Amino acid sequence: MSLSRDQIAQRVAQELRDGYYVNLGIGIPTLVASYVPDDIQVMLQSENGLLGMGPYPTKENVDADMINAGKETVTAITGASIFSSAESFAMIRGGHVDLTVLGAFEVDQNGSIASYMIPGKLVKGMGGAMDLVAGAQNIIVTMTHADKRGNSKLLESCSLPLTGVNCINKVVTDLAVMSIKDGAFHLEERAPGVSVQEIIEKTAGKLLIPDQVPEMEL
Amino acid sequence: MAGFNKVVKSYQEAMAGLEDGMTVIAGGFGLCGIPEGLIAQIKRLQTTNLTFVSNNCGVDDFGLGILLKDKQIKKMISSYVGENAEFERQYLAGELEVELTPQGTLAEKMRAGGAGIPAFYTATGYGTPVAEGKEVKQFNGRQYILEESITGDFAIVRAWKADTMGNLIFRDTAMNFNPMAATAGKITVVEVEQILEPGELNPTEIHTPGIYVDRIIQASFEKRIERLTLAKQ
Repeated sequence: MSLSRDQIAQRVAQELRDGYYVNLGIGIPTLVASYVPDDIQVMLQSENGLLGMGPYPTKENVDADMINAGKETVTAITGASIFSSAESFAMIRGGHVDLTVLGAFEVDQNGSIASYMIPGKLVKGMGGAMDLVAGAQNIIVTMTHADKRGNSKLLESCSLPLTGVNCINKVVTDLAVMSIKDGAFHLEERAPGVSVQEIIEKTAGKLLIPDQVPEMEL
Repeated sequence: MAGFNKVVKSYQEAMAGLEDGMTVIAGGFGLCGIPEGLIAQIKRLQTTNLTFVSNNCGVDDFGLGILLKDKQIKKMISSYVGENAEFERQYLAGELEVELTPQGTLAEKMRAGGAGIPAFYTATGYGTPVAEGKEVKQFNGRQYILEESITGDFAIVRAWKADTMGNLIFRDTAMNFNPMAATAGKITVVEVEQILEPGELNPTEIHTPGIYVDRIIQASFEKRIERLTLAKQ
């Protein structure tokens, strides 16, 4: 069985470590916040200018001046700080954020990512995604392994305009966990009940498979 | 003698000198921290052919979106513009120029512009459509592109508190692009919730020193929320 959006988020949450500063993108990455293990502390960075993002507010606590990068109303946790967008991207570009999780249309075997623009469709903009992929040391992409027609999104070379080159280390899809290094996808784990064969069929880029491919533990 | 008193009494005074074809840098992220009253005044002035530098372009009936209806905006320099149907129509019809700029690069372009730095190298956008036509240089084995800074004829800004001398404090994430915008305008106009006397703000806590600010106007804000999200009860 392929993973649900929440299960993908749950698997990504296993990559969190105590004391990490983490930036979560819009979509599946946002869900990761719900699965932070109880025995660790992480600080969420929101690139409009908030470090220490908390949960959504109650009706009584809604404040139009407190939003996240997805323009949703949020709260700040104890120990949070608020700063300008220039400061925010200084910490991103300067490599101070420990982990970035974001979505993508395509990723290739060299770690390049396409996530903001489909030619012929209206371009809405890259927001902070280009800065995040250029600045972070440790980036995980979450996405479905293939599109609705079954075409692989894990390619030899991205076909869409790039958001960043040679920058993605890890991909967590609805079928597998893969690391990217030395010009290839390395299969690390498969979703419970998903065969290695299915992953091979849905991965267009170069794929290296170890003798044993454990199932994810969720 | 006006000295350092920068308070103006009317929106006419606040935006006096704005002319067709000028570049305006605006603070705000989405609808958060936008100078609502100054945008409304630009609509009343019916100034046209404006270039706006702003992370977003509002929604159809609020924020910079209200300037689209009467085609006051010729060009937008933004990182994300997907919240606005009229914007989409004008862009697809070729009536509106758009220069998409990564969010961090946009913030830094304003910051550098206000700080007298004409250009800077960044890894952001290298190898992407953003890098087209830009100089590439290698530092420590990594490729960077040269990005030019931005200044404006006007900067329009929202702050929480100001003293009459133009020292500013922003509130929560309504800060966003406002501090950089404030530094990058030839004329910087600030709308504030609260104007205080000099000495009422602690000098240690001031976000933007008054030297960057030319005009201050007292305002009340609608503070519209773009995406109301609540905790599950």
